[in-house]
Amino acid sequence: MTHQPIHGPAHVYGDNIDTDRIIPGKYTKTLDTAALAAHVLEDLDPEFSRRVRPGHILVAGRNFGCGSSREQAPVALKAAGVAAVIARSFARIFYRNAINIGLPVVEVEDHRIQPGDEVSIDLAAGLVINHTRGETYRAAAMPRQMMDILAAGGLVNYLSRHGDYV
Amino acid sequence: MAQTIAEKILSRRAGKAVRAGDIVIVSVDGVMATDATAPMAIQAFREMGGRRPWDPTRTFLVIDHAAPAPNETVANLHRLMREFARETGCRLYDVGEGICHQLMVENGHVRPGDLFLGADSHSPTYGAVNAFGVGVGSTDLAAAMLTGKTWLRVPRTVRIVLHGGLRPGVTAKDVILRLVKELGADGANYRAIEFTGEAVHAMSLAGRMTLANMTAEMGAKTALVDPTGLRLDEPFEPVYPDPGAEYEATLTLDVSALRPQVARPHAPDNVVPVDEVQGTPVHYAFIGSCTNTRLEDLAAAAAVLRGRRLAAGVRLVIAPASKRVFEEALAQGYVATLLAAGATFIPAGCGPCVGSHLGVPGDGEVVISSANRNFRGRMGNPRAEIYLASPAVVAASALTGVITDPAEVG
Ligand code: SF4
Repeated sequence: MTHQPIHGPAHVYGDNIDTDRIIPGKYTKTLDTAALAAHVLEDLDPEFSRRVRPGHILVAGRNFGCGSSREQAPVALKAAGVAAVIARSFARIFYRNAINIGLPVVEVEDHRIQPGDEVSIDLAAGLVINHTRGETYRAAAMPRQMMDILAAGGLVNYLSRHGDYV
Repeated sequence: MAQTIAEKILSRRAGKAVRAGDIVIVSVDGVMATDATAPMAIQAFREMGGRRPWDPTRTFLVIDHAAPAPNETVANLHRLMREFARETGCRLYDVGEGICHQLMVENGHVRPGDLFLGADSHSPTYGAVNAFGVGVGSTDLAAAMLTGKTWLRVPRTVRIVLHGGLRPGVTAKDVILRLVKELGADGANYRAIEFTGEAVHAMSLAGRMTLANMTAEMGAKTALVDPTGLRLDEPFEPVYPDPGAEYEATLTLDVSALRPQVARPHAPDNVVPVDEVQGTPVHYAFIGSCTNTRLEDLAAAAAVLRGRRLAAGVRLVIAPASKRVFEEALAQGYVATLLAAGATFIPAGCGPCVGSHLGVPGDGEVVISSANRNFRGRMGNPRAEIYLASPAVVAASALTGVITDPAEVG
């Protein structure tokens, strides 16, 4: 599978956004992804779930997704339409979970993306382009193992295809 | 090649010598998921084509996060877990048996030298028994259930040396709160932490669990506690680091002068000595969570509250770490002492720690809690304020109605 091009406006937030703010624990006990999407980022920005559209890009500061191991966090973002998350750094488990469910995550230490900037992401080249400001940022390299899983569309697809880690 | 504890354990599981930075596929010794993560893991496992876990006797499911079920959705997720356990023969801990991490350690499911995957971020707790515990999400856990393996990057290790002895009334919780402040919320992201030093050697198993548990609040991948002084029921082969092993950094802390610590809202690294928040009115005191509700924690709370009553307008809710802890606390008389003081016991499990049920705070209420996280909304209400502290500080604060150093009410 090749990656879909990712291009959309940015929603920009700050540092240390924990998983309780991505999706509060009280809403996580469900397998209904639409129910998760309805409460995504609710305690951070109550307007977000109404404003986000398919293809939009979430941009955050350092340590995005710290806290719980709940996979409901990236699932809620993906179900809400978020096409990718760009952050200066990610908490370890969130980063892995996002890849595993096929939500592209891109670590860019240095960027000047502002709310509403039109941004596109070239995963294969590891580049983020800010069309509004005419700037290009280099993303941190992703381990090959993760690239393979993301390219398969997530770990479920990867393992149903290969049966094991290869 | 001189190795850290993390490198040693992962080398054994990879079947070759590995070092920090390597990406390896490793076999796991056990996997665990809870009612917050297992339903999604079971779904992913089935989508991967899984029928039975690679080893049902090493696959553990725990119903602890919202137990007993608060509503029909959760009740049906619990049902799904029970049915899966029945079909596949994996081990299920049902409602009221206790918190996942406590059960894995208490029942010897995780052993020294093991590589253990938990679909819960506080899995580094297993470092208390000298095991490499790592938190993963549901899909990673499903993959491990299917293959008996996972992939990971061998972490670099930060060594923390704790010198000196703790003053009476100061606990492992105060040490780890102080360290979380020092390192910050992402200070140990992707890293293993090794704890050593005479203050660690002197710690009980419960204290070691508290210490390792909150390394999750610095983003650590795993925590490994020096096995010197560790006492377990079964004989075991300890894993020590090699002399000359390479550390990314070594941090030294003399704990002898440490005073009780408190994390202020809304971040676990927002820590100050108790004096700085002394006098803050509290409405709700919670003793619970995988950080702090073992027998010695209940003993500490009972020691503060013996023969006394909670302050008017304050409620104290206690969720024992496990049914076994509860039984032992009953036998020791701690439960009677705490009940007489006005405390309320709820079933062993996560209780209000994660805001799913059983004790959500009201708007504007101030909570003093022995748990590990005080993120906004953590206990189910974004308009409440959560302070984190040791069980002794929580009990002393419940007694006076304001945040209090237990030494003041001695
Ligand atoms: S007690 Fe709290 S922190 Fe520990 S496993 Fe349960 S919900 Fe998570």
